[in-house]
Amino acid sequence: MSNLPVMVVTGARKGIGRYLCEYYLERGYQVAGCSRGTSDLQSDRYEHFEVDVADEQAVKTMFSALRRRHGGIQALLNNAGIASMNHVLTTPMKTVRSIFDTNFVGTFLCCREAAKVMVRQSHPRIVNFATVATPLQLEGEAIYAASKAAVVSLTEILARELAPLGITANALGPTPVPTDLIRSVPQEKMDRLLDRQAIRRFGEFRDISNVIDFFLRSESDFVTGQTIYLGGVS
Amino acid sequence: MADNERVLGVIRDAVEEINSTLPEDQQLEFSEETALFGPSGALDSMGLVNFVVAVEQGLEEEFGVSVVLADEKAMSRRTSPFRTVGSLKDYIHTLLEEKQHV
Repeated sequence: MSNLPVMVVTGARKGIGRYLCEYYLERGYQVAGCSRGTSDLQSDRYEHFEVDVADEQAVKTMFSALRRRHGGIQALLNNAGIASMNHVLTTPMKTVRSIFDTNFVGTFLCCREAAKVMVRQSHPRIVNFATVATPLQLEGEAIYAASKAAVVSLTEILARELAPLGITANALGPTPVPTDLIRSVPQEKMDRLLDRQAIRRFGEFRDISNVIDFFLRSESDFVTGQTIYLGGVS
Repeated sequence: MADNERVLGVIRDAVEEINSTLPEDQQLEFSEETALFGPSGALDSMGLVNFVVAVEQGLEEEFGVSVVLADEKAMSRRTSPFRTVGSLKDYIHTLLEEKQHV
């Protein structure tokens, strides 16, 4: 059992999750990543769990294993998320359930089980992932935006329920970052979206880690229940 | 019910853990009738949350299974499985039996 701060990153295999694993490994964290598939990330401070975040028993088992190995965890980054662009009238029920399962149920389960192993840790932090699609009310993103609106609401109440345990819970809402999640979105639609931001550019990975760094700081122990949107979206 | 004493042992350890955080005049005694959560229970909702975490971790260590003590009636003051040590013990037995049948 080491004294390094332990962080869990969901959706760790690629994209923003992979970046966050590497970024916090560089900053001295013991990082546990999870995703439905394997990861090729190599570090003696990285461990990977093949876990579907919407699988209650698998999530419980992962956090129990981390408690036994490390004594507890300090930070949870609920990055795992899926999206599917579609018109409401042509969206299959299966897609709705699948998006809510990963984005909302997965976030809920990880928050619940993480909080149990964060008790008595120093400066425990939960960071959830929202999206600018919610405040921008993006057409074609109804289910994705709604699932993330649920995450924002969860975060706000979680903040109050976890405050007596010393755990803060916040969310960040990234603008589009060039990853697999937005690969299929037409360029013209992306341009229109960027036009609605105060600062009209794609988000970068460092924009995301910058906000997370702020939430993680020990000095941020009076900051909870907040959602910070990037790019000047509000 | 050979596991009865083991389950009670886990609950007893959790009660002791909670007692270590409570003032002298609020200490819980240990018997199956001990009221945990409810009108005459010693735990408030935060106390219950801490207690649940202690029991879940104890069960994992004692039985090697990870169970989730979550129930839609958890916060009901009349029908919560966390009302007394005895009702919690029965509830845990049900969960452990479900595990064995999976």
